[in-house]
Amino acid sequence: MDTAITLGVDGEVYRLTVDTRTTLLDALREQLDVTSPKKGCDHGQCGACTVLVGGRRVLACLVLAGTADGAEVTTAAGLADGDSPHPVQRAFLDNDAFQCGYCTPGQVCSAAGVLDELAAGWPSNVTADLTTEPAASRAEIAERMAGNLCRCGAYVNIVAAVEQAVEQATEQATEQAAEQTAGQARR
Amino acid sequence: MTDPSTEQLRPVAIGSDLERRDGFPKVTGTARYAYESEAASPAYCRLVQSTVARGRVDSVDTAAAEALDGVLLVRTAFDAESLETDDGELAVLQSREVAFRGQVVGMVVADTAEAALRGADLVEVAYSPAPHDVVLRTGRGDLYAPEKVNPSFETDTSDGDIDEAVATATAVLDRTYTTAMYHNNPLEPHATTAYWDGEALTVWDSTQGVHPTRAVLADLFGLDRERVRVVCPYVGGGFGSKGEPHVHVVLAAMAARAVPGRHVRLAFTRQQMFALAGYRTPTIQRMRLAADQSGRLAGIAIDVVEQTAKVKEFAEQTGVPTRMMYAAPHRSTTHRLAALDVPAPSWMRAPGECPGMFGPEVAMDELAEELGIDPVELRVRNEPEVDPESGLPWSSRNLVACLREGADRFGWADRDPRPGLREEDGWLVGTGVASSVYPVNRMADSTATIRREQGRYVVEIGAADLGTGTWTTLAQIAADALEVDVAEVTMRIGDTAYPIASVAGGSSGMTTWGSAVVNAARAFREKFGPEPPEDAEAQGSTEDNPATERFAMYAFGAQFAQARVNRDTGEVRVPRLLGVFAAGRIINPRTARSQLIGGMTMGLSMALHEQSVLDPRFGHVVNHDLAEYHIATCADVAEIEARWLEEHDPHVNPMGSKGIGEIGIVGTAAAVANAVHHATGVRVRNLPITLDKLLPALAG
Repeated sequence: MDTAITLGVDGEVYRLTVDTRTTLLDALREQLDVTSPKKGCDHGQCGACTVLVGGRRVLACLVLAGTADGAEVTTAAGLADGDSPHPVQRAFLDNDAFQCGYCTPGQVCSAAGVLDELAAGWPSNVTADLTTEPAASRAEIAERMAGNLCRCGAYVNIVAAVEQAVEQATEQATEQAAEQTAGQARR
Repeated sequence: MTDPSTEQLRPVAIGSDLERRDGFPKVTGTARYAYESEAASPAYCRLVQSTVARGRVDSVDTAAAEALDGVLLVRTAFDAESLETDDGELAVLQSREVAFRGQVVGMVVADTAEAALRGADLVEVAYSPAPHDVVLRTGRGDLYAPEKVNPSFETDTSDGDIDEAVATATAVLDRTYTTAMYHNNPLEPHATTAYWDGEALTVWDSTQGVHPTRAVLADLFGLDRERVRVVCPYVGGGFGSKGEPHVHVVLAAMAARAVPGRHVRLAFTRQQMFALAGYRTPTIQRMRLAADQSGRLAGIAIDVVEQTAKVKEFAEQTGVPTRMMYAAPHRSTTHRLAALDVPAPSWMRAPGECPGMFGPEVAMDELAEELGIDPVELRVRNEPEVDPESGLPWSSRNLVACLREGADRFGWADRDPRPGLREEDGWLVGTGVASSVYPVNRMADSTATIRREQGRYVVEIGAADLGTGTWTTLAQIAADALEVDVAEVTMRIGDTAYPIASVAGGSSGMTTWGSAVVNAARAFREKFGPEPPEDAEAQGSTEDNPATERFAMYAFGAQFAQARVNRDTGEVRVPRLLGVFAAGRIINPRTARSQLIGGMTMGLSMALHEQSVLDPRFGHVVNHDLAEYHIATCADVAEIEARWLEEHDPHVNPMGSKGIGEIGIVGTAAAVANAVHHATGVRVRNLPITLDKLLPALAG
């Protein structure tokens, strides 16, 4: 049985017909030739297929494409701005946070999601005090990235990369806030 | 006169901390792996696997599958293309005999992935099952000595008289250690896209060696090598399991030849990788150490029992490091195999050294404890002046320096050797050490071409980058050999369209391919001078290194671990790992550090998490996915630090480099086991160190 859906992927809009058994991952990879999300297990156990749907991280292999009608999907390819890497990607490059590269697009999407989740103050399993905003400690980052397996063993570099990206995002937010305050003061 | 095979380069680009050349395509996911190669109208292949561990296929009913909309063809042993091979693993669909559970007994090719999967489900296979034999143990009556152990080492060695040494020594240790069955589990499943145009075969395969894969395919299908092209610019991890072709590439090629003009895609599922992609055999290691009161070894012996498959022999060289590691006049090593109805074991990161440094390095820790000698000091006291096995001097051996430097950085001097004394917030804390070793290997048959193209130097060689950094590091070597800026060098690798290269295995890549590149560069400069014309071209090949006749060549290292064991639950955490290595000149510190910490991370995973559980009733690995076969996750890893010593070894190759892809995993598990013992007083001799092995003793 087939069903017609509309998907927004990395800024493009696609109308396609999918078998109702088709996962979002297969729809992206096989039908749209969007191969940035990878297939490492097809069972939601490795994280290689992580994409952002409406800004939140999702395992594309656990979503049936037919249920994703109207979704806005961002892959690691879509996070970059042409030839310019996203700050998370820049941090991965700076810290050599990958080797074979197969889990990397999923790690990058996951890290982008982690940045937003930390900024929003979401707790994790290792957050000691649920009444305060979690700090972006190494333990918090490692816990939040634990759903993305890396067999090359780049974890220490991945954590360092996410730390760098968090720091940069925090600095940016502080600068923006300062600019806003300055702007209001001028008025 | 200096030998050209070791005439040293002046390092300029070599040693630079350069970002990976393939970094941007990898962080964006735009690097295309084997399954993702471009194809206008691909077909999809899915497999049917045996549900018995031994027996014979009586009949297959393919009617329902063939009637399914979108199915193009079904193949079984009754109608598959004939292959020319005596390799029992690769002779897929050539016989109705079933040699292990999960063996491929059929394949379905369809227009869509969904139809292929459903079609494979619909194939009905009837078997005459036979009793199977899948349990490895030491007491079996049918253990045998293989002719050689991987790749071509003597099966048994004996120097002096080990029994006499044991009988007369002050201190004797006689213990048995085991390592589990492990699966490589690269994140990218083994995958192939294959295309047959009626004359020639092209496969995009995830492989550690395009040329070796081409040679196998050409022989299997009776094709001239010129009619087979293998392409693989990126490999999503291999760790040995993509070092030799497995059946996926054979089946994809067979399917493509049945549907000419279509690209056929085939990827193992994660579950299939536990039956079809190789694994590390479990090992049982009986260790004997004989020492005097000062800890000097008179004798060291290892007797290894491990498994192989009836379908194809693979004999892991687990006893090999014991032959050369420490100075003991009396040495003995043996390997015995049980041939079982199981899938064929194969290479996994540091075959031989990785499991083979678990038993010895834990035994050394036990001996140190028994004699009241510091475990670092015990190793130092047994440092051999020359290679005990060959009698040759070392080209360089800096194990002692690694141990000293590591001890210094780790804060070892303050260590109280008594086990089970330190408790912090309910966690027992301890530290441990172990040595690492890996040989310097050089393969034959590698050639590089260097050509002047549009003002750049283009280097072509069919080498592989498994995440090891080859795209970047070979360019660094070429730059220094040509004496140009590395930015002027373009690399082309991973394609049989380029000159022949050996498999990425045995940590031999830089030595082998690097030497070919250096020879090509020297030929290029000799022929064309400093201002080569456009299209100027020269080739160079790897040659034998005569220095291997005069020196024993190994990289060494020392690993230090801190372990915390929960007093109530037995949970083990490793907050800190430190490795100090002496591996010659480091080509690129950034990618080198990644390789070393990557090996140590996999070693930590081996120590605490990994084991494939074979069900004796059915003969398959029951925990055959990533939810149940546990590999270390981000949250399992805390501080892992890799450092290296400045080591100048003029004998190994023109770069002065030793391979570093495997040494990081050697010794890690022993260091962790020793740290767990120091924390708890419990000696776990069977990997992995899971809480059930600690709890009974902790409860007391």
